[in-house]
Amino acid sequence: MALIETVDLYKIYDMGDSPVHALDGVSVSIDHGDFVAIMGPSGSGKSTFMNLIGCLDQPTRGLYRLDGVDVGRLGRDELAAIRNAKIGFVFQGFNLLARTTALENVELPMLYNSISASDRRRKALAALKTLGLEGREHHTPQQLSGGQQQRVAIARALVNDAPVLLADEPTGNLDTKTSVEIMELMVRLNREARITIVLVTHEPDIAAYSKRIIRFLDGVVVSDERRG
Amino acid sequence: MIGSVSTVRISFRALWVNKMRSFLTMLGIIIGVGAVITMIAVGKGTSEQVSKQIATVGSNMIIVLPGSTTAGGVRGGMGTQMTLTRDDAEAIERECSAVLYAAPILSGVAQIVYGNQNWATSVQGTATNILAVRDLSLTAGRNFTDQDIRNSTKVCILGQTVVNMLFGGMEPINQTVRIKKVPFMVIGVLESKGQSVIGRDQDDVIYIPLTTAQKRIFGTTFPGMVHTIAVKARSAEDLSRAEEQITQLLRQRHRIGPKQEDDFSVRNLTQMLELAQQAAKAMALLLAAIASISLLVGGIGIMNIMLVSVTERTREIGIRMAVGAKTWDIRLQFIIEAITLSLIGGMIGIILGIIASQLLSYFAGLTTIISPLAVILAVGFSGLVGVFFGFYPAYKASLLNPIDALRYE
Repeated sequence: MALIETVDLYKIYDMGDSPVHALDGVSVSIDHGDFVAIMGPSGSGKSTFMNLIGCLDQPTRGLYRLDGVDVGRLGRDELAAIRNAKIGFVFQGFNLLARTTALENVELPMLYNSISASDRRRKALAALKTLGLEGREHHTPQQLSGGQQQRVAIARALVNDAPVLLADEPTGNLDTKTSVEIMELMVRLNREARITIVLVTHEPDIAAYSKRIIRFLDGVVVSDERRG
Repeated sequence: MIGSVSTVRISFRALWVNKMRSFLTMLGIIIGVGAVITMIAVGKGTSEQVSKQIATVGSNMIIVLPGSTTAGGVRGGMGTQMTLTRDDAEAIERECSAVLYAAPILSGVAQIVYGNQNWATSVQGTATNILAVRDLSLTAGRNFTDQDIRNSTKVCILGQTVVNMLFGGMEPINQTVRIKKVPFMVIGVLESKGQSVIGRDQDDVIYIPLTTAQKRIFGTTFPGMVHTIAVKARSAEDLSRAEEQITQLLRQRHRIGPKQEDDFSVRNLTQMLELAQQAAKAMALLLAAIASISLLVGGIGIMNIMLVSVTERTREIGIRMAVGAKTWDIRLQFIIEAITLSLIGGMIGIILGIIASQLLSYFAGLTTIISPLAVILAVGFSGLVGVFFGFYPAYKASLLNPIDALRYE
């Protein structure tokens, strides 16, 4: 069974006179352990697609099953619970809480489920260690480099043992050398921890780290190819 | 929903990160609560003080004073004409149904000597019922008897101040003091009554039998003359009836025609004090109301800052939503922040209010009473202010769309 499965997904925004079809019937299936890069020009619908599979938004029409659960009919708070348990987000701008230590940032998702304070601390420390951030636990984002901040964000995304990592232009704010480090880290997570990764990028170099590339244009999938 | 402990921690962190702003926001509540506490303390203190004065004057008291003389068109002041007599007092007590006691008083200031000590004080010649009229009680010795009055005995009852001035620590009962050189035996000592409404020391007094005062100390221009008559009505409800009865009786006794003015005046002391007390209560209420407005303004300040905070932290809210915060997690976070601000502000306000009350009573001489109820109310009310003014911003925050919130710059 596919981990992420969309059938004929539509997202239509009502913009006054003419409705805008951000997604115009998208059917995609992503298996456990896959590493998918989503590409396409801006306005192609790739961000809308990411928001939908990230349970941040609801489709206008169509079916979306995440890990066997029909997500399309859930309410606001149920979606929040699913995001908490199943999905880790990594953003271009890192989106860490300012003036809050790395450790507390990583603990954040666990504040919204019933993990005890001591387990929370232990798991957050372990996640930071896995990502090579030992000794930086009490640094605030302002005291960390871009690459370190992104690794804190990845630690935060993984700390709840979410099976899916959604990354929206994760290297967009990083220099080439750091980008390579982050992508190698993702490859390792995908291979060793069997984390399913869906990555949005417009850089072919970054997409090259994935196993499969899906291209969007005008709200539809134009190509879906598995690499080597 | 998440554990309340973490929510409280999240809120505390957010407030701590913006220390200066949090403090300034609290300032509104601090001043509001402080003002409410102080004003209630002042109001309560004032009305309590008036109540105490009512108690010291004696309850249900009426004073009858003689009228003024009119000689060749020149009207003397109140009390320039001696028109009251001991018989008037006895008639009032006997004939006015609303009156319980009426004590005649002939008074003046005289020098008192005991051993090598001396002291000038108010000497009041009066009847045995004076203790009942003035709600006085004795700490030692006895009251005069009717026999003392009849025989003009040279005995006296001392107020506490006189005892302190003349006797120091010694036992005054059965000692002899000299009033205007006439020796008197001390037969009783009065319980302390403190200050009167106008600040007079009510313990600085000596009571002697009326007849003794008339014959030995002050003398009289006509037989039976007294300066005032102190009257105690049967009850508070009987006060105005007693006033009417006394006026009627004295007009009759003094043979005053229907067109003539009274040659005496009747004053209802208790009523005056009760009016003063009502005024004090109204003032206290007014002060508290004004102070409450500042608390309301403080609450609006909290709402204002919380709204700014929600806008400023839109991205943070988006991040929290993305990692799984539910509607009420976000709401609670902001409500708890608002409550924390208002409660801490309230606590500081209480401390400040107590200090301000102490300073007022120390420097301005006002009586202030901090009532526990006022403190509890202030804390409760500031908490409510937090909930009330925190809810709208929190509600607004919880309705944000996570996608828009995450993109917010």
